[in-house]
Order: sequence, then structure tokens, then C-alpha cells
Amino acid sequence: MELRVLSLYPEQMNIYADRGNILFLQRRCEWRGIGFVHAGAGPGDPVDPAAHDLFYAGGGQDRDQRAVAADMVATKQRELVAAADDGAVLLAVCGGYQLLGHSYQLGEEKLPGLGIADLETVREPGPRLIGNVAIEADLGGGPRLIAGFENHGGRTYLRPGAQPLGRVLCGHGNNDRDGFEGVRRDNVIGTYLHGPLLPKNAWLADHLIALALERRYGTRPDLEPLPDRLEAAAHESARRAATGT
Amino acid sequence: MAAAGRSRGGAFGAKVALSRAIGAASRRSGRGGGTTLPGRVLLRLEPEAIARLGTGLDGSRTIVSATNGKTTTAGMIAAILAADGRSPVHNRAGSNMTWGVATALLEQSGSEGLFEVDEAWLPRVSEQLQPTLIVLGNLFRDQLDRYGEMEALADEWARTVAALAGGTEFALNADDPLIADLGRDREGRRREGALYFGIEDPSQALPELQHAFDAKHCRRCGHPYAYARAFVGHLGHYSCPSCGAERPAPEVAATAIELRGMEGSRTRVRTPSGEIELELPLPGLYNVYNALAAIAAGLRLGVEPARIAGALGEMRAAFGRVETIAVGEVPVSILLIKNPAGANEVLRTLLLESRERGPIDLWVALNDRIADGRDVSWIWDADFELLSAAVRRVVCAGTRAPEMALRLKYAGWPQEAIEVVPGIEASLDAAVAGAEGRLFALPTYTALLELRRLLSDRGLAQEFWR
Repeated sequence: MELRVLSLYPEQMNIYADRGNILFLQRRCEWRGIGFVHAGAGPGDPVDPAAHDLFYAGGGQDRDQRAVAADMVATKQRELVAAADDGAVLLAVCGGYQLLGHSYQLGEEKLPGLGIADLETVREPGPRLIGNVAIEADLGGGPRLIAGFENHGGRTYLRPGAQPLGRVLCGHGNNDRDGFEGVRRDNVIGTYLHGPLLPKNAWLADHLIALALERRYGTRPDLEPLPDRLEAAAHESARRAATGT
Repeated sequence: MAAAGRSRGGAFGAKVALSRAIGAASRRSGRGGGTTLPGRVLLRLEPEAIARLGTGLDGSRTIVSATNGKTTTAGMIAAILAADGRSPVHNRAGSNMTWGVATALLEQSGSEGLFEVDEAWLPRVSEQLQPTLIVLGNLFRDQLDRYGEMEALADEWARTVAALAGGTEFALNADDPLIADLGRDREGRRREGALYFGIEDPSQALPELQHAFDAKHCRRCGHPYAYARAFVGHLGHYSCPSCGAERPAPEVAATAIELRGMEGSRTRVRTPSGEIELELPLPGLYNVYNALAAIAAGLRLGVEPARIAGALGEMRAAFGRVETIAVGEVPVSILLIKNPAGANEVLRTLLLESRERGPIDLWVALNDRIADGRDVSWIWDADFELLSAAVRRVVCAGTRAPEMALRLKYAGWPQEAIEVVPGIEASLDAAVAGAEGRLFALPTYTALLELRRLLSDRGLAQEFWR
């Protein structure tokens, strides 16, 4: 078995230690004897939707995000939409999450988005939404906690066609108003939670690995349990930082 | 107290006197907080206090800022001035926001000023103080929850420099494109009074560009830079293939560098006033950069090269930057870590150390208080992988200790070598008890403060081990 991961714009979209998410997936595959193949797609690079099982998009500075938005829509939109429609796992964090929607209104400027999720993002007056955050999400199998850190100026609003990733327990979430965080559509997950996200939530990393392998090989694999003492402690530490208890 | 002397009128004088009295009372009560309380009080009473007190400095007024190395660089410049018989008003305690500057101005006297200033506060302090010299070292990814994006910070600095140009001199790092570009005007011409420093020894280049690479786009045209080599993070030799903007030729240049692990380094430095053979007792290439900044500043402040070299050769580390304190039989070397670029330099130095002396014992304390940055994700951008085969044992401490331990596990450190012990004191004692030789302590900023307090309570903090 083999997991093939494609990082979208790894040079431009990596601001919140996004490589930690990739490293986490890599090690957990390797420890289980699952092959791990990692590639990157930068500006202008074509994407083959069938060649990857898990797509990753991280966060970037405004300037990078501007350049990436235009390039992504021009050179990768059709293929990424096809991959999402075909059940590929797509994890998009922070800036990458914003690009999943229809658009990101940044002052006078409107950045285009992939339109994979029915949402839009607006940079509104008011402070950036920053801090530790805990949400509750049910990805099948009952509600579970996801912990992380958020730092975003944009406010994201889900439209009727979109389902949130979870409910905010502590923190700001999509827009600091409606109590929701992130988006979920088929095997696409968008979220503002970094920290990075997966090391703080090993269960979510394993869930994504299983989903991606299921799409590739037809059946959901039984992932071998790993000695996750430190992973559990880190999850607990991040949860406590958000909830205070 | 002459610094503020002449400018103090009645109302302002009363505010100054009140602020000083409150500081003195606070110190007498022994409750701490005395270091910046007077400045805080005064700024509350008089928001323009720095401007008013600063007019008392009729000699040089120097501001030092950078993401990494500002405390050390300011300390080096202070040593250089001291060797020249000058004692500037200096916020040497490292309190580098407005209230730290105001407190130094309130409590010290002198005709010259030397201020380390936090990156985010540089525009405000510069506007008030109207410095005669600004020394800018680097801009790295740091505490995004507090500073925001680096490019936005660079834009603010550019506005500050443009507003001061003409009346102010600048010592700038040629190797950091975010800094170097500040020395050019809108048309790309070098600003009057700009003096550049940089490294010109290709043997010190990194084998490959590091992950935490922070200056990708040309400050002039937005096209990605091409790098011939990098020395520390994104500091190196770069040019823009599109518009042709390139690294300015530095007047103060390290032409041959020999690093000697924790011992320090030996460097030949070319300057407009002749060559300097620098024996620096502080480790790492990052301290060579700090020294180059200090040399450039020293020259601008009119100090002889030989005197500069002598002062730097006798440097002691700034607070928490490679001091060594004996805890029982175990020498504990303290190296502050606070962001990916800085941590990478510490890790490189420790890797050299382990090659010479064998596997090392570590204590790593990760805190997430406001002064550390609440967001601890940066540890995944630092290259802890460098030490995966160099560590005997590591004890993790701090408010986010489990997340530090997890990072080390995924960096490939042996799991049996990683321990988590809650509490600064218990974890330090555990680390010391298990150490075979020297223990390297890597705290984030507030963990360093806790460590310092602990060692001082035990009567050890003043005891330097060499």
C-alpha cells in the first residue's frame, strides 16, 4: 500500500508550519509499512487528479495568497474540482481553506477561489481572529474534538450548500459569529485550525490516511494502532490550551 | 538624570518626578516590576515622553532592531562604546518596547542613547526619538500571532526609514533582502548614510536552503529571488532575475570565518577603515552577523577599528544568550530559542558541539505565554531533525511540553531519549540529574525568565562557569 500526497504551492503556502502536517502523515505511514510518496505543485504546474490520494493546501502571506489564487484558478481548478468530485481527500488549512470557496474579498480586491466548497470569505474591519481553538466534529463514528490554533483576518461564511466541519467549543471559528468552524464536503476538509493541525489531532490524521487509501484501493484499511502516548498528550495539551481546563 | 534635563517644563517635570518615585517605591517593596514601571507610568501620563526626554540626548541616538540578535547586538555596541570611554543611556535589561525605552531615559543619564527596540515598536520609537543611527539586522518569521506578516512589517520599516532619511544614518544587513532594500530610495539609489554589512565567505554557506525561508520575493518587483548561497535562513547572496535588484556590496564584510563550536569564532573583517581580526567568544554564524552589525555601528559612531575588535573579543553573552551556570556539578549552558531561524542556528551550533564531544544532554522548555507567542506551531518549522542522531537524552518542560516532545519524536529523535517532566524546577532537576557532561538548556523567552528566577533563588545565577 502507498499513500500519494500532493502539496499545493509548498513554497508559497507554508506559513504556519504546514510541513508539520505532511511530516506527520509521512511518519505514520512509514511506521505502518505504508509507502509514502510526496510531491509538490507550484505556480504553473499541472495537476493530475488521478495521480494523488491526498491533496494539501496550507496558509500563506497575503502577497503569496494573491499570486496563488490567480495561478490556482488558471492552472489547476478543473483538475482539483475533478479530484474532489471523485472522492479524493483534500485538506486545506487557513489560506488554503479560503481558496476552496468562491472568492475572498480583500479590501477592494476580490481573489478568485476554486469553488469546491459553497462559501465565501471577506476581510472585514475588526481584529484578526487569533488564539487557541477547540471544535467538535463528527466525521462518522460520533463527535470528536479537534484542537488547534487560528490566526486569520478573513471571515468565512458558509452558504446553504455547505456543511461546517464542526461546532466551535472555544475560539472564533469561521467568522466569530455563527459558532461554526471549517467546511466539509465529500472527502474535502477546509479549516482555520493550524498548530499544525494533524500533530495535535492524530486521530484526524489517521482518518484522512484511511479515507485516502480507501479511495485508492476500494476498501477501508484497518490501520495498525501506533504507540500514541506522546500524540495523546499533545492532543490533550492543545485541548487544554483552548478550553482552559 | 541629565538626559531629560533641559527639556523638562513644570507639568512634564512633575510627571517625570512622579514616575521616578513610583519606580523607586516599587523597587523598595521588592515586588519586582521595577524595571519598566516608571516608563509605563510616564507614558500613561505623557504619551510623547520619549520625544521629550530624547531631546536631552545631544550626542548620538542609536536604535537597534531585528527579529534575532537585537539584545546581543545592542550589548556589543554598548561594549564598543564603553571601550571608547562612553556610557550611553541604554535599555540593557532587554525591555525593548516604548516603556523600556522611556524607563532607561528616566533612570539613566548621558548625552548618548542606545536602544534595542522591538520590531513592531520601531516605527513609533523612531518617530519620537529621531535617531541619528539605526542598526537593522534581520527579519525572520516570528510570533505571527503578535507581529503579523513579515512583509507587512518590512513595509512599515520602509516607511519609517523613508521618513528619517537625510537626517539619520543606517547600518544594514546586505544579506537580508528585506533589510538591504531599506537602504535604497524609491528609484533604487542607495540612500545617503547607508552602510552595509554582510558575509563574504562562501565556505560558510548552507548545503541547501532551509525550510523556514522567509524572503522569497523581490522587494522591488515581486519576482522570486535567485540565491547563489544562504548562510542563515534567508540571509545570503541573492539577486532578482527579473528587475536585476541585487545584494548591495557590503563595506563591512566577513571575508574568512572559522567557527569553533561553543567556543566562538575567528573572523577576518574588511572595513572602510582597514581589516579587523575578530576573536568572538560567542558561538555560531548568527553571532558573526551580530558582530558585523556592531562593527558597522561602531565605525559610524566614530570608534577606531582596533578598539572595536578589542571590545568584541571580551564580550560576554547577553542575558540568556549562551551563559553557562553550574548547577551542582553540571555546567548548564543556556541558549534561548524563540523562532525557527534562531532555533536552527542554535541547533547547528549544538550539532558541531556533539561532533566534537559526543552525544548531548538537553532540556527544552516550550512556553506559550504572550511574550513567547501563543502559537507554538513554529517548532515544526525549526529543523530539530539536525540533532536526531546527536542527542543522548532530552527532558521537555514548559506550558506546552507534550507538544515539544511530540515534535522531537517526529524529528526522528529516539523515543526512549525523550521525557516530559511538568514544571520548570522538577524538569530541570531531572535533566541535571541525568546529564553526563554539560547540559544544554533551550528555553523560550518566558521559560528563560522562569529558569533565571529559579537559579537566582538558589544563589546560582551570578555564578558563571567558564
